[in-house]
Amino acid sequence: MFEELIGKRSSTVWNTIERGAVKKFADAIGDPHPIYIDPVFAANAGLKNNVAPPTFPVTFDYGTIEGLELPKAGLIHGEQGFEYKRPLYVGEELLCWSVLEKYQERKGKLGEMGFLFIKKVAEDESGEIVMTSTQIIIISETVRKGMKA
Amino acid sequence: MSLRALKPGERLKPAELPPVSRMDLIKYSGASGDFNPIHTIDEAAKKAGLPGIIAHGMWTMGNLGKLFTPYYEAGYIEKFTVRFSGMVFLGDRLTLTARLKHSAEGRQTFETDAVNQDGVKVIKGEVVFKLFSP
Repeated sequence: MFEELIGKRSSTVWNTIERGAVKKFADAIGDPHPIYIDPVFAANAGLKNNVAPPTFPVTFDYGTIEGLELPKAGLIHGEQGFEYKRPLYVGEELLCWSVLEKYQERKGKLGEMGFLFIKKVAEDESGEIVMTSTQIIIISETVRKGMKA
Repeated sequence: MSLRALKPGERLKPAELPPVSRMDLIKYSGASGDFNPIHTIDEAAKKAGLPGIIAHGMWTMGNLGKLFTPYYEAGYIEKFTVRFSGMVFLGDRLTLTARLKHSAEGRQTFETDAVNQDGVKVIKGEVVFKLFSP
């Protein structure tokens, strides 16, 4: 049911890594380390600025893939990955987009389940891809049937 | 302890999280922008067929990442992948661990997981930590 959307790219969106957002996020994952928060600490560590926590890219807007409409309820987050070319720094601007890489249906605990493989990408101001995240979203048979109806 | 001195099979200092509270999940909803109500509102969780609200998988993954934060002066996480293998409920007490599998060419590969109070793995994954050139 998502086959025709495979390979289709989203619109692109510029995201800024805001200092306050990083601090709130670090607090919310119980990791208020000065490397994320304190500019003096970052400078003393030889970094050009504070870094963002490795899972912080979940907060970015990756644009919308036209035609990809997911149900609001009943989705299961199966797997998640982040790959970095370098750390991400507070204050930088990233151009973000996403693409549906693959879609599969197979039998599992929740009947004939659907698996969406979504790739999310962040490019820096020079156009280099600095972060790629991959996400597997599982849709149960019940929810899938509800969508078709 | 320095990461470079770590030998395969050795662990980073594990972390024990306080029991998961509703406020933890409300804070994470706000900080992450994921306001799916199954993480904060009992009725929404029940309607979804769950016995109660569950933690965001990404809350647990975010917490797991903190085992590596003390080492960011020496390098950074190049790759962090996980599978969400169990649900996390209110009151659950999670223990986070990371064990060095192997290291080569300035990269250290860890297996890492979060286990609840009953010994069930709720997340398992891998971290590749890239050391800055000395």
